[in-house]
Amino acid sequence: MKTSELIAALAADPVPEPIRLGRRVAAALVIGFAGSVALYFLLLGPRPDVVAACRSMRFWLKFVDSFAFALPSLLLTLRLARPDAKPTALALWLIAPFILLGAGVVVELLVVPQSEWMARLMGHNAMHCMITIPMLAAPVLAALIVALGAGAPLHPALTGALAGAAAAGVAALVYASSCPDDSPLFVATWYPLATLICMGVGALAGRRFLAW
Amino acid sequence: MMTASIAGDEGAYRRLLEDIGRSVRAMARGAFARAGVGDADVEDAVQETLLAIHLKRHTWDPEQPLAPWVYAIARHKVVDALRRRGRRKVEPLENFEEFLAAPEAEDPHALSDARKLLETLAPRQRDIVTSISLDGQSIAATAKRLSMSEVAVRVALHRALKSLGAAWRRSVE
Repeated sequence: MKTSELIAALAADPVPEPIRLGRRVAAALVIGFAGSVALYFLLLGPRPDVVAACRSMRFWLKFVDSFAFALPSLLLTLRLARPDAKPTALALWLIAPFILLGAGVVVELLVVPQSEWMARLMGHNAMHCMITIPMLAAPVLAALIVALGAGAPLHPALTGALAGAAAAGVAALVYASSCPDDSPLFVATWYPLATLICMGVGALAGRRFLAW
Repeated sequence: MMTASIAGDEGAYRRLLEDIGRSVRAMARGAFARAGVGDADVEDAVQETLLAIHLKRHTWDPEQPLAPWVYAIARHKVVDALRRRGRRKVEPLENFEEFLAAPEAEDPHALSDARKLLETLAPRQRDIVTSISLDGQSIAATAKRLSMSEVAVRVALHRALKSLGAAWRRSVE
């Protein structure tokens, strides 16, 4: 086929198809979040002492931090889905949740005696956290990958990894009220590990499904 | 002009694609030459870029300038094409604007992989693409000949172009 012939075929195909990537990603977020919440109520439910926990700053830090991580990850994912993306300024916002969590860790180390550090870090059931967060992230990640299929990312694996990060952030937000451990020492150790699992899966999915 | 094209101005869109095609061709020739690869496959890279631009045109934000978006896609596709020929490390390409000044005409003898890829389409889809691209028939004439509605021809053409893009990608992997 000659290029001029290809152009003729392309020009004859003006199917009005107003795909709005932002809207698709937003819809995916809603659907994925609903799936994640459904899994939460089916399999987990809030922890028994959730009312008492609400009085603890540590408890709320988990929500604030998850949100502070999920939001820039999601916006960055959307930005990377366009080929002419300039993502640097947005990427800097990803530092914010780590500063916040780091501050929480420092305060925790100051107020808790050294003998308890290790116990707080290990928490009640770290493995449960490592399995639950990726499980709750799965519907969000799947929905995001489907929505991003309409995009044109120059770096499909990276874009997928960030979608995994955003999904992990949303999952952490959902999981926080079920997770029995509130210590920033626990959160700073296990939540990022769980996030890395989600990012790995996201990167593989991105390479497989977002290349174009 | 891209805005007019998205709004459905076929003539404007065709001229735009032709302009882009010429610029991408110049860029691809330069890149292939620098990589020490013969330019036998330049036309493939050009066509792949045009198809990608068409299928991904909604990822262009009308608030942003068009050239960087086109350049990003062209660069992505040309780098892909070179990588396929075993050039692991690909030098960054020069600024797209330079090539806008020095567009190159298509080599009229250059046929491409696209014809092979057409074979992968369903017969009806292939018929429609061939009719409109190779034979230069209009949508209306094609619809009449195949006794289909114009809308059905449009839908089939759109699906065919999408599968063409997918087939192209598979041939790369």
